[in-house]
Parts: sequence; structure tokens; C-alpha cells
Amino acid sequence: MDVAIWKGDGAGGQYEHFAVPAEDNQTILDVVSWVQQNADPTLSYRFACRVGMCGSCAMMVNGTPRWTCRTHVKKVLKDGQLKVAPLNNLPVVKDLVVDMDPFFDKWIKAGGLHAPSKTRDDDIAAIAPDTDGRQNANAGIECINCSVCYAACDTVRSNPDYLGPAALQRAWTIVNDEKHAARGAVLDLVAQSDGCFNCHSMGSCTAHCPNDLDPMQAIARLKRAAIKHQLAGGGRDA
Amino acid sequence: MRAAYRNHPLWLAFALHRLSGLGLALFLPAHFYVLGLALHQPQQLDGFLAFGAHPMVKLAEFGLVFLLAVHMFGGLRLLALEFLSITARQKTLIAVAISAAFALACLFLLRAFSI
Amino acid sequence: MLNLRLYLLQRITAMIMAPLVLGHLAVMVYAIQGGLSADDILSRTQGSLAWAVFYGLFVLAVSVHGAIGLRVIVHEWTGLRGAALGFLTWGSFAMLAIMGGRAVMAVTLA
Repeated sequence: MDVAIWKGDGAGGQYEHFAVPAEDNQTILDVVSWVQQNADPTLSYRFACRVGMCGSCAMMVNGTPRWTCRTHVKKVLKDGQLKVAPLNNLPVVKDLVVDMDPFFDKWIKAGGLHAPSKTRDDDIAAIAPDTDGRQNANAGIECINCSVCYAACDTVRSNPDYLGPAALQRAWTIVNDEKHAARGAVLDLVAQSDGCFNCHSMGSCTAHCPNDLDPMQAIARLKRAAIKHQLAGGGRDA
Repeated sequence: MRAAYRNHPLWLAFALHRLSGLGLALFLPAHFYVLGLALHQPQQLDGFLAFGAHPMVKLAEFGLVFLLAVHMFGGLRLLALEFLSITARQKTLIAVAISAAFALACLFLLRAFSI
Repeated sequence: MLNLRLYLLQRITAMIMAPLVLGHLAVMVYAIQGGLSADDILSRTQGSLAWAVFYGLFVLAVSVHGAIGLRVIVHEWTGLRGAALGFLTWGSFAMLAIMGGRAVMAVTLA
């Protein structure tokens, strides 16, 4: 099959074509690895676990952001062609490797760091699994930080300061985490001018999340929680 | 061409909402200007309204009615999504919003062409 | 580029306008038959406080809603920000409110 792989750096680049042998059972990551091992040893790309846990191998595949280790060639091959490029909305370091810093910086900016509410000497807080808060948190905690949603979001694309779906979904899980000490502060952070109120619910995050999470719904609920919190005066911690 | 990652109903609904909103915002000043003529130059207003009898203008008005209706129904869908947490069946809701807007615009067109 | 205040204004004006748009659509579908004339329109609306309130509120809501919508689109499509973006928001609001207010007066003043 004909595989076009984007090669270049932050200053620019172009697609290079490789003829890669097709196999019955083959992921996009297999294809990229084959090219690196057999055709172009200078090709840079990023991966670690190869089983959809670590979130480091996401790339644009035929125009859609995907986790390449769990994406089978057969599923995405178009007319025998494959086009692999670095993720959208993040600066390119080299070839298929993007700089994830802006993505993780926003994770922090949206209050993504854990703020403990107890010390090691306290008992572990008992959280009932069937409460609304726990269910809401559960819906988002399987995020693997792969940045697929971030690369698919056109609001990030046109407003580079927008916090984006992953960071806001993380904020929503925290707001629902009874063990977190600064939930009110998180609601303040996401209510700022580049926060959750910029989301247009275009749903590309939810459509492409490889773990079938629903960041769009998380953000919709976050908006309501942030409104309530601000109308009640803001600032204070729940 | 639409990028592959945008190829899903919610993105289409977003694009339709944005473009209809932009279209309406750009049309409004003209709409207001023409109505404002009634204040001092009612003859000119009648001139504009007579222009509305032209079939092509009626078709353009059909478009405007569709833009207004689709922006309203689409907006109601977004309000339901954000404030009532109605996130299931978005595809169906989008289809309903577009069909209702189209039906309203057709009703308008039928009335416009009947004497 | 939307903070809580702008977001809420956008949603509240949307909720105000939903019934107004339905009313306006009904008027259009009703009035269009047989063609429009200035006399038809003005005889319906002139001297009517109800229509003045209906369309006065409509114009005010749409001026806020449209100005915020344009602000978002211009920011996202051109990257405009800061004072210039604020000027654009207030400018579009003022233009819509003034032109719309004039139109409402024109068709409802007796």
C-alpha cells in the first residue's frame, strides 16, 4: 500500500511516500514502525505502551486524529492509501512528533493538579460509588491524555488560548471528586475568558475520543456548575 | 473539502448554526434600514416591498426564513444540551431542527407565491 | 473569548428571543400572502403599544445576541482581541440597537 508520511519540523515539511507491505493484522503504528525500521531510519515518532494505555502515539491518520497503536489499517485505508501526519493544534517538533507542552500546560491551567484534602494520617474518605458526583467523575477518569480530542477541536484551532476538551473534562472530574480540596478554585479557573464558556458543542472531541469518553457532555455540565458557583459568589471552596 | 475529522452530524450542526447566525447578523442592518424608511419616505418603502414581489426575491426570502428558523431551532437544541443535559439523540434533534426550519420556510414560500 | 457575563447574556437573550422568533415567523407567514405593502404593515403596527414592546424587546435582545456572536466569530476567524475586539462588540451592538430602534419607531409610532 501507498503510505504518505509527513516529514519536517516546526518550520515546515512535506509528505514522503513509502510502499509498505500490507499484512492481515496491522495497526497504523506497525506501519510507521515498519517505515522507520526498513525505509527511513531518520523518521521520528512517539509511542510507548502499544496497547492504548499511555496516550503517546496519537497522529492524524487520513485527516482524523487517532491512537495509532489501536487503529487497524483496514479500518482507515482509503483507496489503498494512508496519510499519516503529526497531530493538529500542537507545534511540530519533528516529523510525527508534536510538542505536547501546550496541552499539558492547559491541563494545569484548568486546575488539573490534585489538591489533597487529607493527610496520610487520616482515614481514606469513603465515597459511595452510586452518587451523582462519583458517576460524573467516573465518566471522565479514563482519559489517557492522548490529545486526540484537542487535535479534533476547531475551537482550539481558532482560539489557541482555549483550554480545550481534555483539560476541561479533567476539571469536571475534579469538581466531582469529594477528595479534592480546591473544587471551588477549579470552577473559578474554568470560568475565565478562555475557559469552558468558549465551547460550541461541535462534538468532535466526543466523536473521536478513542476511549469513548464524552468531553462535550462534561463541558456542558461544567458550564452549569461554573455558572451556579459564580452566581453564588464564586471563590469559595465547596 | 471538509477535513475528515469534521465529518459528523454535530460539526455540521455547528457550522450551520454559525453560518446562519452570521447571515442573519449581516442581513439585519439592511432589514432595519428598509423598515426605517417608513419614518420619512413611505414611498421608498413601498418601492422596496414591491421589489419583494419578484420571484427571485421571494426565493431569497425563503432562504432568510430558513436561516432564522434553523438558527432558532438549533439554538434551542444547544440550550437543551447545556441547561437540561439532553445529550442523547443529538443526531435526531439536529435532523428535527433542520426539517422543522425547512418546513417553515416552505410554508412561507407557498404563502408568498399564492395570491 | 467568552467569559461568564458574555456567555450568560448570549444564552438569556436566546431564551428571550425563542418565542419572539416564533411570533415573528408567524407574522411573516401570515402577512406575506397577497404581497407586502407599506400600508398593510403600517396599519397593523402603527399606534400599537403591543407591537412596539414586542419588536422593541426583540431589537434589544438581537443587538446583544448578534454583537456577542460577531465578537466570537471575528475573534476565532481573525484572531482580533483586546480593545479592538471590545470596540467591535460595542460597535455592532450600537449599530444594531440604533438602526433597529429606528425601524421599530418607524413602524409603530402613530
